[in-house]
Amino acid sequence: MAQVSITVNGKQRSSEVEPRTLLVHFLREQLNLTGTHVGCDTSQCGACTVLIDGRSAKACTVFAVQADGSEVTTIEGLAEGEQLHPLQTGFWEEHGLQCGYCTPGMIMSCVNLLNDNPKPSEQEIREGLDGNLCRCTGYQHIVNAVQHAATKG
Amino acid sequence: MIPSNFDYQRAQSVDDALTKLAASGGTGKVIAGGHSLVPMMKLRLHEPTTLIDIARIGELSGIREQDGLIEIGANTVHHDVATSSLLRNNCPIIAETAGMIGDPQVRNRGTLGGSLAHADPAADYPAALLALDAQIQLQGPSGTREVAATDFFQGLFTVDLADNEIITAVRFTPVQVAAYAKLYQRASRFAIVGVAAALVINQGSMLRKPTIRSSRIGLTGAASHALRLTSVEEAVAGQAATAEAMAQAAQGAGAKIDDINADLHASEAYRRAMIQVFTTRALQGALARLPA
Repeated sequence: MAQVSITVNGKQRSSEVEPRTLLVHFLREQLNLTGTHVGCDTSQCGACTVLIDGRSAKACTVFAVQADGSEVTTIEGLAEGEQLHPLQTGFWEEHGLQCGYCTPGMIMSCVNLLNDNPKPSEQEIREGLDGNLCRCTGYQHIVNAVQHAATKG
Repeated sequence: MIPSNFDYQRAQSVDDALTKLAASGGTGKVIAGGHSLVPMMKLRLHEPTTLIDIARIGELSGIREQDGLIEIGANTVHHDVATSSLLRNNCPIIAETAGMIGDPQVRNRGTLGGSLAHADPAADYPAALLALDAQIQLQGPSGTREVAATDFFQGLFTVDLADNEIITAVRFTPVQVAAYAKLYQRASRFAIVGVAAALVINQGSMLRKPTIRSSRIGLTGAASHALRLTSVEEAVAGQAATAEAMAQAAQGAGAKIDDINADLHASEAYRRAMIQVFTTRALQGALARLPA
Protein backbone atom coordinates (compact mmCIF):
# COMPACT_ATOMS: atom_id res chain seq x y z
CA MET A 1 0.00 0.00 0.00
CA ALA A 2 1.05 3.60 -0.51
CA GLN A 3 0.00 6.77 1.22
CA VAL A 4 -1.31 9.54 -1.06
CA SER A 5 -2.28 13.08 -0.24
CA ILE A 6 -4.06 14.88 -3.06
CA THR A 7 -5.84 18.23 -2.94
CA VAL A 8 -9.15 17.51 -4.64
CA ASN A 9 -11.42 20.47 -5.40
CA GLY A 10 -9.54 22.51 -2.80
CA LYS A 11 -9.73 19.95 0.00
CA GLN A 12 -6.74 17.86 1.02
CA ARG A 13 -7.60 14.18 0.88
CA SER A 14 -5.24 11.54 2.27
CA SER A 15 -5.67 7.84 1.86
CA GLU A 16 -3.96 4.48 1.64
CA VAL A 17 -4.11 3.07 -1.87
CA GLU A 18 -2.70 0.16 -3.77
CA PRO A 19 -0.10 1.65 -6.15
CA ARG A 20 -2.09 0.22 -9.07
CA THR A 21 -5.18 2.23 -8.13
CA LEU A 22 -6.07 4.50 -11.03
CA LEU A 23 -6.83 8.12 -10.22
CA VAL A 24 -10.35 7.73 -11.64
CA HIS A 25 -11.07 4.85 -9.25
CA PHE A 26 -9.60 6.78 -6.32
CA LEU A 27 -11.92 9.71 -7.10
CA ARG A 28 -15.03 7.63 -7.66
CA GLU A 29 -14.68 4.84 -5.15
CA GLN A 30 -12.70 6.33 -2.28
CA LEU A 31 -13.91 9.94 -2.46
CA ASN A 32 -17.38 9.18 -3.90
CA LEU A 33 -16.84 11.83 -6.59
CA THR A 34 -18.77 9.96 -9.26
CA GLY A 35 -19.08 12.89 -11.65
CA THR A 36 -15.85 11.71 -13.29
CA HIS A 37 -16.93 8.85 -15.54
CA VAL A 38 -15.18 5.76 -16.88
CA GLY A 39 -16.00 5.39 -20.55
CA CYS A 40 -13.60 3.44 -22.76
CA ASP A 41 -10.95 2.83 -20.07
CA THR A 42 -8.34 2.95 -22.86
CA SER A 43 -7.24 6.62 -22.89
CA GLN A 44 -9.41 7.51 -25.86
CA CYS A 45 -12.91 8.73 -24.96
CA GLY A 46 -12.07 11.45 -22.41
CA ALA A 47 -15.09 10.80 -20.13
CA CYS A 48 -12.66 10.59 -17.18
CA THR A 49 -11.00 13.96 -17.85
CA VAL A 50 -9.99 15.95 -14.77
CA LEU A 51 -7.46 18.73 -14.20
CA ILE A 52 -4.16 17.77 -12.56
CA ASP A 53 -2.28 20.89 -11.47
CA GLY A 54 -4.45 22.88 -13.87
CA ARG A 55 -3.93 20.73 -16.98
CA SER A 56 -6.50 18.33 -18.42
CA ALA A 57 -5.68 14.65 -18.05
CA LYS A 58 -7.41 11.31 -18.52
CA ALA A 59 -7.80 9.94 -15.01
CA CYS A 60 -8.00 6.37 -16.35
CA THR A 61 -4.37 6.66 -17.49
CA VAL A 62 -2.84 8.06 -14.29
CA PHE A 63 -2.15 6.12 -11.11
CA ALA A 64 -3.34 7.89 -7.96
CA VAL A 65 0.22 7.66 -6.60
CA GLN A 66 1.47 9.73 -9.55
CA ALA A 67 -0.87 12.53 -8.45
CA ASP A 68 0.38 12.47 -4.84
CA GLY A 69 1.02 16.07 -3.82
CA SER A 70 -0.92 17.47 -6.79
CA GLU A 71 -4.08 19.53 -7.05
CA VAL A 72 -6.93 17.78 -8.85
CA THR A 73 -10.12 19.45 -10.03
CA THR A 74 -13.16 17.39 -11.00
CA ILE A 75 -16.53 18.43 -12.39
CA GLU A 76 -17.80 18.68 -8.80
CA GLY A 77 -15.25 21.44 -8.14
CA LEU A 78 -16.35 23.87 -10.85
CA ALA A 79 -19.53 25.47 -9.52
CA GLU A 80 -19.27 27.98 -6.71
CA GLY A 81 -22.20 27.09 -4.49
CA GLU A 82 -25.34 27.53 -6.59
CA GLN A 83 -23.42 29.52 -9.20
CA LEU A 84 -22.65 27.26 -12.15
CA HIS A 85 -19.34 27.59 -14.01
CA PRO A 86 -19.81 29.45 -17.35
CA LEU A 87 -19.15 26.19 -19.22
CA GLN A 88 -21.84 24.39 -17.21
CA THR A 89 -24.24 27.24 -18.05
CA GLY A 90 -23.18 27.03 -21.71
CA PHE A 91 -23.92 23.30 -21.90
CA TRP A 92 -27.30 23.95 -20.20
CA GLU A 93 -28.31 26.85 -22.43
CA GLU A 94 -27.11 25.37 -25.72
CA HIS A 95 -28.30 21.81 -25.08
CA GLY A 96 -24.72 20.54 -25.25
CA LEU A 97 -25.69 17.03 -24.17
CA GLN A 98 -28.21 14.28 -24.61
CA CYS A 99 -27.35 11.30 -22.40
CA GLY A 100 -24.76 13.31 -20.48
CA TYR A 101 -22.23 10.53 -20.07
CA CYS A 102 -19.40 12.40 -21.81
CA THR A 103 -20.37 15.81 -20.40
CA PRO A 104 -18.16 16.04 -17.28
CA GLY A 105 -15.09 15.13 -19.35
CA MET A 106 -16.13 17.49 -22.15
CA ILE A 107 -16.47 20.36 -19.68
CA MET A 108 -13.13 19.66 -17.98
CA SER A 109 -11.38 19.58 -21.38
CA CYS A 110 -13.04 22.86 -22.27
CA VAL A 111 -11.81 24.44 -19.00
CA ASN A 112 -8.28 23.58 -20.15
CA LEU A 113 -9.03 24.95 -23.63
CA LEU A 114 -10.47 28.26 -22.43
CA ASN A 115 -7.65 28.71 -19.90
CA ASP A 116 -5.15 28.47 -22.79
CA ASN A 117 -7.26 30.30 -25.34
CA PRO A 118 -10.19 32.35 -23.96
CA LYS A 119 -11.62 33.21 -27.39
CA PRO A 120 -11.16 30.09 -29.53
CA SER A 121 -12.36 29.81 -33.12
CA GLU A 122 -14.77 26.99 -34.00
CA GLN A 123 -11.83 25.04 -35.44
CA GLU A 124 -9.81 25.56 -32.25
CA ILE A 125 -12.75 24.34 -30.15
CA ARG A 126 -13.02 21.19 -32.25
CA GLU A 127 -9.27 20.60 -31.93
CA GLY A 128 -9.52 21.24 -28.18
CA LEU A 129 -12.10 18.44 -28.03
CA ASP A 130 -9.97 15.94 -30.00
CA GLY A 131 -9.62 13.84 -26.86
CA ASN A 132 -13.32 13.61 -26.02
CA LEU A 133 -15.90 11.46 -27.73
CA CYS A 134 -19.67 12.05 -27.73
CA ARG A 135 -21.95 9.45 -29.29
CA CYS A 136 -25.19 11.49 -29.08
CA THR A 137 -24.88 15.07 -30.20
CA GLY A 138 -22.73 15.18 -33.30
CA TYR A 139 -20.68 17.82 -31.43
CA GLN A 140 -22.35 20.92 -32.91
CA HIS A 141 -24.23 21.80 -29.73
CA ILE A 142 -21.11 21.16 -27.69
CA VAL A 143 -19.22 23.64 -29.86
CA ASN A 144 -22.11 26.10 -29.38
CA ALA A 145 -21.91 25.56 -25.62
CA VAL A 146 -18.21 26.40 -25.57
CA GLN A 147 -18.80 29.50 -27.70
CA HIS A 148 -21.57 30.50 -25.27
CA ALA A 149 -19.15 30.19 -22.35
CA ALA A 150 -16.40 32.04 -24.22
CA THR A 151 -18.60 34.99 -25.15
CA LYS A 152 -20.87 35.24 -22.10
CA GLY A 153 -18.73 33.67 -19.39
CA MET B 1 -8.92 -2.89 -16.55
CA ILE B 2 -6.66 -3.29 -13.54
CA PRO B 3 -2.91 -3.80 -13.87
CA SER B 4 -0.93 -6.33 -11.85
CA ASN B 5 0.27 -5.02 -8.53
CA PHE B 6 3.64 -3.36 -8.25
CA ASP B 7 5.83 -1.47 -5.85
CA TYR B 8 5.90 2.31 -6.46
CA GLN B 9 8.96 4.46 -5.79
CA ARG B 10 9.48 8.12 -6.53
CA ALA B 11 13.02 9.05 -7.59
CA GLN B 12 14.53 12.33 -6.41
CA SER B 13 17.31 12.58 -9.00
CA VAL B 14 18.67 10.74 -12.04
CA ASP B 15 21.27 9.01 -9.84
CA ASP B 16 18.55 7.99 -7.40
CA ALA B 17 16.44 6.64 -10.27
CA LEU B 18 19.39 4.62 -11.62
CA THR B 19 20.06 3.16 -8.17
CA LYS B 20 16.41 2.17 -7.76
CA LEU B 21 16.33 0.75 -11.29
CA ALA B 22 19.42 -1.38 -10.62
CA ALA B 23 17.93 -2.58 -7.33
CA SER B 24 14.78 -3.74 -9.14
CA GLY B 25 16.88 -6.45 -10.78
CA GLY B 26 15.62 -5.99 -14.31
CA THR B 27 11.91 -6.18 -13.48
CA GLY B 28 11.48 -2.45 -12.76
CA LYS B 29 10.25 0.17 -15.19
CA VAL B 30 10.67 3.90 -15.27
CA ILE B 31 7.48 5.95 -15.48
CA ALA B 32 7.21 9.65 -16.35
CA GLY B 33 3.90 10.62 -17.99
CA GLY B 34 2.91 6.98 -18.27
CA HIS B 35 0.87 7.52 -21.41
CA SER B 36 2.45 4.58 -23.19
CA LEU B 37 3.26 2.45 -20.16
CA VAL B 38 -0.03 2.69 -18.19
CA PRO B 39 -2.19 1.47 -21.12
CA MET B 40 0.26 -1.43 -21.64
CA MET B 41 0.07 -2.27 -17.93
CA LYS B 42 -3.73 -2.14 -17.94
CA LEU B 43 -3.72 -4.67 -20.76
CA ARG B 44 -1.11 -6.67 -18.79
CA LEU B 45 1.23 -6.57 -21.76
CA HIS B 46 3.71 -5.15 -19.25
CA GLU B 47 3.81 -6.35 -15.64
CA PRO B 48 6.72 -4.55 -13.97
CA THR B 49 7.21 -5.40 -10.31
CA THR B 50 8.52 -1.92 -9.52
CA LEU B 51 7.62 1.46 -11.00
CA ILE B 52 10.20 4.21 -10.53
CA ASP B 53 8.55 7.58 -11.02
CA ILE B 54 10.93 10.13 -12.56
CA ALA B 55 8.26 12.72 -13.42
CA ARG B 56 9.34 15.22 -10.78
CA ILE B 57 13.06 15.18 -11.45
CA GLY B 58 13.48 18.82 -12.47
CA GLU B 59 16.78 18.34 -14.30
CA LEU B 60 15.00 16.11 -16.85
CA SER B 61 12.52 18.80 -17.94
CA GLY B 62 12.82 21.87 -20.07
CA ILE B 63 13.94 23.18 -23.44
CA ARG B 64 17.33 24.91 -23.73
CA GLU B 65 19.58 26.31 -26.45
CA GLN B 66 23.32 26.19 -26.02
CA ASP B 67 26.20 26.53 -28.47
CA GLY B 68 23.87 26.33 -31.45
CA LEU B 69 22.25 23.12 -30.22
CA ILE B 70 18.75 22.67 -28.82
CA GLU B 71 18.29 20.27 -25.94
CA ILE B 72 14.89 19.00 -24.81
CA GLY B 73 14.76 17.19 -21.47
CA ALA B 74 13.25 13.72 -21.59
CA ASN B 75 10.48 14.60 -19.13
CA THR B 76 9.22 17.53 -21.23
CA VAL B 77 5.56 16.96 -22.08
CA HIS B 78 4.33 17.21 -25.67
CA HIS B 79 2.26 20.32 -24.86
CA ASP B 80 5.39 22.19 -23.74
CA VAL B 81 7.28 21.23 -26.90
CA ALA B 82 4.30 22.17 -29.09
CA THR B 83 3.94 25.62 -27.52
CA SER B 84 7.61 26.51 -26.95
CA SER B 85 8.39 29.85 -28.61
CA LEU B 86 12.09 28.87 -28.81
CA LEU B 87 11.17 25.81 -30.88
CA ARG B 88 8.43 27.49 -32.91
CA ASN B 89 10.91 30.19 -33.94
CA ASN B 90 14.05 28.12 -34.43
CA CYS B 91 12.96 24.60 -35.27
CA PRO B 92 9.24 24.61 -36.07
CA ILE B 93 9.10 20.97 -37.20
CA ILE B 94 9.57 19.63 -33.67
CA ALA B 95 6.85 21.87 -32.18
CA GLU B 96 4.59 20.97 -35.11
CA THR B 97 5.18 17.24 -34.57
CA ALA B 98 4.51 17.45 -30.82
CA GLY B 99 1.27 19.35 -31.49
CA MET B 100 0.06 16.52 -33.73
CA ILE B 101 0.50 13.76 -31.11
CA GLY B 102 -2.66 12.26 -29.63
CA ASP B 103 -5.05 14.82 -28.15
CA PRO B 104 -4.76 17.69 -25.64
CA GLN B 105 -5.00 15.45 -22.56
CA VAL B 106 -2.33 13.10 -23.91
CA ARG B 107 -0.08 16.07 -24.78
CA ASN B 108 -0.45 17.39 -21.23
CA ARG B 109 0.97 14.18 -19.72
CA GLY B 110 2.96 12.29 -22.35
CA THR B 111 6.71 12.93 -22.49
CA LEU B 112 9.39 12.97 -25.18
CA GLY B 113 11.51 10.35 -23.39
CA GLY B 114 8.51 8.09 -22.85
CA SER B 115 7.56 8.19 -26.51
CA LEU B 116 11.12 7.33 -27.57
CA ALA B 117 11.61 4.54 -25.03
CA HIS B 118 8.29 2.94 -25.99
CA ALA B 119 8.98 3.31 -29.74
CA ASP B 120 5.49 2.60 -30.96
CA PRO B 121 5.85 1.98 -34.71
CA ALA B 122 3.23 4.70 -35.30
CA ALA B 123 4.67 7.31 -32.91
CA ASP B 124 5.30 10.77 -34.34
CA TYR B 125 8.52 11.94 -32.67
CA PRO B 126 10.81 9.29 -34.20
CA ALA B 127 10.22 10.61 -37.74
CA ALA B 128 11.09 14.16 -36.71
CA LEU B 129 14.18 13.08 -34.77
CA LEU B 130 15.45 11.13 -37.79
CA ALA B 131 14.95 14.20 -40.00
CA LEU B 132 16.77 16.40 -37.47
CA ASP B 133 19.64 13.89 -37.07
CA ALA B 134 19.01 14.15 -33.32
CA GLN B 135 21.23 12.61 -30.67
CA ILE B 136 19.52 10.78 -27.81
CA GLN B 137 21.25 11.17 -24.45
CA LEU B 138 21.22 8.15 -22.14
CA GLN B 139 22.48 7.68 -18.60
CA GLY B 140 23.28 4.37 -16.95
CA PRO B 141 25.33 3.00 -14.05
CA SER B 142 28.58 3.43 -15.98
CA GLY B 143 27.89 6.98 -17.15
CA THR B 144 26.32 8.73 -20.10
CA ARG B 145 26.25 7.89 -23.77
CA GLU B 146 24.77 9.42 -26.88
CA VAL B 147 22.99 7.50 -29.65
CA ALA B 148 22.06 8.93 -33.05
CA ALA B 149 18.33 8.65 -33.79
CA THR B 150 19.28 6.69 -36.93
CA ASP B 151 20.77 3.96 -34.72
CA PHE B 152 18.30 4.21 -31.83
CA PHE B 153 15.14 2.77 -33.44
CA GLN B 154 15.95 -0.88 -34.08
CA GLY B 155 12.70 -2.80 -34.35
CA LEU B 156 9.13 -3.14 -33.14
CA PHE B 157 9.08 -1.47 -29.70
CA THR B 158 12.83 -2.05 -29.66
CA VAL B 159 15.45 0.67 -29.16
CA ASP B 160 19.09 0.94 -28.15
CA LEU B 161 18.34 1.41 -24.45
CA ALA B 162 19.48 -1.06 -21.79
CA ASP B 163 17.28 -2.14 -18.87
CA ASN B 164 19.44 -0.15 -16.47
CA GLU B 165 19.56 3.07 -18.53
CA ILE B 166 17.34 6.17 -18.64
CA ILE B 167 16.80 8.61 -21.50
CA THR B 168 17.75 12.05 -20.17
CA ALA B 169 17.48 14.40 -23.17
CA VAL B 170 17.49 14.83 -26.92
CA ARG B 171 19.86 17.21 -28.72
CA PHE B 172 19.83 18.51 -32.27
CA THR B 173 20.88 21.41 -34.45
CA PRO B 174 17.78 23.50 -35.21
CA VAL B 175 16.51 23.38 -38.79
CA GLN B 176 14.10 25.97 -40.20
CA VAL B 177 13.34 24.35 -43.55
CA ALA B 178 11.64 21.21 -42.27
CA ALA B 179 8.08 19.94 -41.87
CA TYR B 180 6.06 16.94 -40.70
CA ALA B 181 3.04 15.59 -42.58
CA LYS B 182 0.84 12.87 -41.17
CA LEU B 183 -2.10 10.70 -42.15
CA TYR B 184 -4.04 10.36 -38.91
CA GLN B 185 -5.79 7.25 -37.74
CA ARG B 186 -8.92 9.17 -36.86
CA ALA B 187 -9.78 7.49 -33.55
CA SER B 188 -6.37 6.94 -31.95
CA ARG B 189 -4.61 9.91 -33.65
CA PHE B 190 -1.59 7.68 -34.27
CA ALA B 191 0.14 7.98 -37.65
CA ILE B 192 -0.96 5.56 -40.35
CA VAL B 193 1.93 7.19 -42.19
CA GLY B 194 3.99 10.14 -40.96
CA VAL B 195 6.84 11.78 -42.85
CA ALA B 196 9.28 14.40 -41.57
CA ALA B 197 11.54 16.16 -44.06
CA ALA B 198 14.43 18.53 -43.37
CA LEU B 199 16.17 20.29 -46.25
CA VAL B 200 19.51 22.04 -46.70
CA ILE B 201 19.19 24.65 -49.44
CA ASN B 202 21.77 26.09 -51.84
CA GLN B 203 20.69 29.72 -51.86
CA GLY B 204 19.93 31.11 -55.27
CA SER B 205 21.30 34.27 -56.84
CA MET B 206 20.31 36.68 -59.62
CA LEU B 207 21.37 34.08 -62.14
CA ARG B 208 20.64 30.83 -60.35
CA LYS B 209 17.49 29.50 -58.70
CA PRO B 210 17.82 27.85 -55.27
CA THR B 211 18.36 24.10 -55.21
CA ILE B 212 18.31 21.36 -52.60
CA ARG B 213 21.81 20.55 -51.38
CA SER B 214 20.77 17.65 -49.18
CA SER B 215 17.87 16.33 -47.12
CA ARG B 216 16.95 14.01 -44.31
CA ILE B 217 13.58 12.25 -44.39
CA GLY B 218 12.15 10.22 -41.52
CA LEU B 219 9.20 7.87 -41.95
CA THR B 220 6.97 6.49 -39.19
CA GLY B 221 3.82 4.37 -39.10
CA ALA B 222 4.73 2.41 -42.20
CA ALA B 223 7.07 -0.30 -40.92
CA SER B 224 8.06 -2.02 -37.67
CA HIS B 225 10.06 1.05 -36.65
CA ALA B 226 10.81 4.55 -37.87
CA LEU B 227 13.41 4.71 -40.63
CA ARG B 228 15.03 7.06 -43.13
CA LEU B 229 13.76 7.28 -46.70
CA THR B 230 17.27 7.28 -48.16
CA SER B 231 16.18 6.74 -51.77
CA VAL B 232 14.12 9.94 -51.68
CA GLU B 233 16.94 11.79 -49.90
CA GLU B 234 19.16 10.90 -52.87
CA ALA B 235 16.49 11.83 -55.40
CA VAL B 236 15.95 15.24 -53.81
CA ALA B 237 19.63 16.25 -53.80
CA GLY B 238 20.41 18.76 -56.53
CA GLN B 239 16.77 19.34 -57.48
CA ALA B 240 15.28 22.80 -57.89
CA ALA B 241 13.64 24.09 -54.72
CA THR B 242 10.15 23.94 -56.18
CA ALA B 243 6.95 22.14 -55.22
CA GLU B 244 6.92 20.32 -58.57
CA ALA B 245 10.46 19.03 -58.14
CA MET B 246 9.57 17.78 -54.65
CA ALA B 247 6.57 15.82 -55.96
CA GLN B 248 8.80 14.37 -58.65
CA ALA B 249 11.50 13.32 -56.17
CA ALA B 250 8.89 11.61 -53.97
CA GLN B 251 7.80 9.31 -56.80
CA GLY B 252 8.16 5.72 -55.67
CA ALA B 253 8.90 6.70 -52.05
CA GLY B 254 8.71 3.61 -49.90
CA ALA B 255 8.81 1.25 -52.88
CA LYS B 256 11.98 -0.40 -51.55
CA ILE B 257 10.69 -1.03 -48.01
CA ASP B 258 9.92 -4.74 -47.56
CA ASP B 259 7.99 -4.91 -44.30
CA ILE B 260 5.19 -2.35 -44.81
CA ASN B 261 2.54 -2.70 -42.09
CA ALA B 262 -0.93 -3.88 -42.96
CA ASP B 263 -3.78 -3.70 -40.44
CA LEU B 264 -7.48 -2.91 -40.25
CA HIS B 265 -6.74 0.80 -40.74
CA ALA B 266 -4.72 0.54 -43.94
CA SER B 267 -3.58 -2.22 -46.29
CA GLU B 268 0.02 -2.54 -47.39
CA ALA B 269 -0.78 -1.10 -50.82
CA TYR B 270 -2.66 1.87 -49.35
CA ARG B 271 0.15 2.62 -46.89
CA ARG B 272 2.70 2.45 -49.68
CA ALA B 273 0.63 4.87 -51.75
CA MET B 274 0.30 7.20 -48.78
CA ILE B 275 4.07 7.21 -48.15
CA GLN B 276 4.49 8.92 -51.50
CA VAL B 277 1.64 11.38 -50.85
CA PHE B 278 2.87 12.37 -47.39
CA THR B 279 6.53 12.48 -48.46
CA THR B 280 5.50 15.02 -51.09
CA ARG B 281 3.55 17.02 -48.51
CA ALA B 282 6.42 16.99 -46.03
CA LEU B 283 8.94 18.11 -48.66
CA GLN B 284 6.61 20.85 -49.91
CA GLY B 285 5.79 21.86 -46.33
CA ALA B 286 9.51 22.20 -45.63
CA LEU B 287 10.02 24.37 -48.73
CA ALA B 288 7.13 26.58 -47.59
CA ARG B 289 9.29 27.43 -44.54
CA LEU B 290 12.09 28.76 -46.76
CA PRO B 291 12.60 32.40 -45.73
CA ALA B 292 11.39 34.71 -48.53
